[in-house]
Amino acid sequence: MTRRLFPLGLGVSATIAGAFLLLPLVAIFTRVPLGRLVDQLGRSVVTDAIVVSVETTLIAQALILLFGTPAAYLLATRRFPGRSLAVTLVELPLVLPPAVAGIGLLAAFGRVGLLGPTLSFLGWQVPFTQAAVVMAVAFVASPLYVRQAITAFEAVDPVLVDASRTLGAGEARTFARIVLPLAKAGLAAGAALAFARGLGEFGATIMFAGSLQGRTQTLPLAIYAEFDSNFDTALAIGGLLVVVSAVLLVSLKLRFRWKRSGSTSRFLAAPSTSS
Amino acid sequence: MEALRIDITLPRRSFDVELALEVGRETVALVGPNGAGKSTVLRAVAGLERPERGVIALGDEVWFEDIPASPRSARTCLDPDRRAVGLVFQEYALFPHLTVRQNVAYGGKARVDELLRRFRIDHLAGARPGTLSGGERQRVALARALARDPKVLLLDEPLAALDAQTRSAVRGELHELLTGLGLPTLLVTHDFFEAAILADRVAVISDGRLVQVGRPEEVLARPASPFVASLTGANLLLGNARPHRELTEIVLDSGASVFSTDLAAGRVSVAIQPWEVSIARGAPADSSLNHVSGPVLSLFAVGNRTRVTVGGLTAEITGESAARLGLAEGEEAVASFKATATRLFPYA
Repeated sequence: MTRRLFPLGLGVSATIAGAFLLLPLVAIFTRVPLGRLVDQLGRSVVTDAIVVSVETTLIAQALILLFGTPAAYLLATRRFPGRSLAVTLVELPLVLPPAVAGIGLLAAFGRVGLLGPTLSFLGWQVPFTQAAVVMAVAFVASPLYVRQAITAFEAVDPVLVDASRTLGAGEARTFARIVLPLAKAGLAAGAALAFARGLGEFGATIMFAGSLQGRTQTLPLAIYAEFDSNFDTALAIGGLLVVVSAVLLVSLKLRFRWKRSGSTSRFLAAPSTSS
Repeated sequence: MEALRIDITLPRRSFDVELALEVGRETVALVGPNGAGKSTVLRAVAGLERPERGVIALGDEVWFEDIPASPRSARTCLDPDRRAVGLVFQEYALFPHLTVRQNVAYGGKARVDELLRRFRIDHLAGARPGTLSGGERQRVALARALARDPKVLLLDEPLAALDAQTRSAVRGELHELLTGLGLPTLLVTHDFFEAAILADRVAVISDGRLVQVGRPEEVLARPASPFVASLTGANLLLGNARPHRELTEIVLDSGASVFSTDLAAGRVSVAIQPWEVSIARGAPADSSLNHVSGPVLSLFAVGNRTRVTVGGLTAEITGESAARLGLAEGEEAVASFKATATRLFPYA
């Protein structure tokens, strides 16, 4: 009897967990007819939020790639004192509550913050602007990219870098022609994770950038703004984000499966990918 | 043609690599056991590792110079991409995401077609390294290294990544290539015979230091130490030497006695090359002074030679002889060698 209890217990627990995770997602799409959900997406509060979200997430993403890639390469390839401390600091925002990120950003860039006087002297007011949204997103999402990028760079065989150098390529050319192409898949995965995290950013944004429709109100903030007055609109935005996240996740998984089979077939047959 | 001059000190974990060597228009093989510091020397010449001090120069072009007493301004260390070297890595280090043609062109675009033809890889131009055989990869690696028009060629264990069959074919091709190129070439191998076939001179290295430099046949005939002798594949027997008329008699630790034309006294190592040892079923009445008998301990073919071990001595004979004698493991046999074929080394 006890023999059967264990697998039974596993099955029951898994079913409960699965149902618990799935039910809210299902509820988003079934509570009201799909047609009405789609109609809600035409409301200005939704379209404004889409524009704000797309703009800020893309800019944040560009900044993350621009600064995060060299930082990750440095951390992956150079050994210097304090390196592991630097890696830990990069990863810290991952485990930090978003509210702490928000208060930290205010304390640094707010009007009375660390850099506040300097910024207002320059005529810049960061909090409650789209720049603030970008900063909040970048702060919270960049560690996901940088961490993944470090792993991707570390996986590039250093002998290939040496070979490139002895063939007359400088460090920059070696990076562009050897390291980047070989780390490409890992970097793309990191970028996708950071993008998804950035798109969902809520806590730090609402504290540091507020929730002004058409300026700083991103999709998650719009859900929060609408859910007590217009539950259907909030549901519609929720459905939209579920779809976007699911597409990201699935494409990430497909890409990784492709990469894995690509790397095994490297030793068996020519992968027929474009050069 | 300018000579490559190396005179460097480079600290490693357990010893310092300290080596001075000049490579003219010839192939020099650095031979030594694994971990002797051979690859470190290649990496230092290529600029991938910085010696603590010394000089690396090609003719009057200084690639590295750091002499402790010299002023800071006199110190030089060129980046790898500014040294005209072609380095062929042990596992070839081909770029997996580039085609054969792109790999070769990475070193220099001017001679790609010529090199692809010369190394018989033109039909593979569009293939990726992952799909190639070991021998093909090696040819791509050589073509790529030469595409840069190097003034020095460096080869790190060029045959180690190949299977035994491919190896002997490729060895011949490589020898021909190196002779034809006429570049100062430094190659690294742990296999003395590979070195002897490929190189004009061999430089035996142990714990970061050169212990003997010379033509392969010289090193083979007069190894400078038991270490070099054993690296060349020689048998080493331990015993106590004492004069015996014009010869030296060595009472081996096994109790048997052998004679040598080398003169020595006290504790010695006796070195005998395996091809100097002949095998018979009974003590032969020939000119050999030395006979060691015992059961055949092992018997196996290496290429077209058969290695037979009798009484602690390994002999190389032909398969035909082994068959004619009806040798088999466990059968009694006698190993014979002439006193003139032995080398004695005072035991260190």
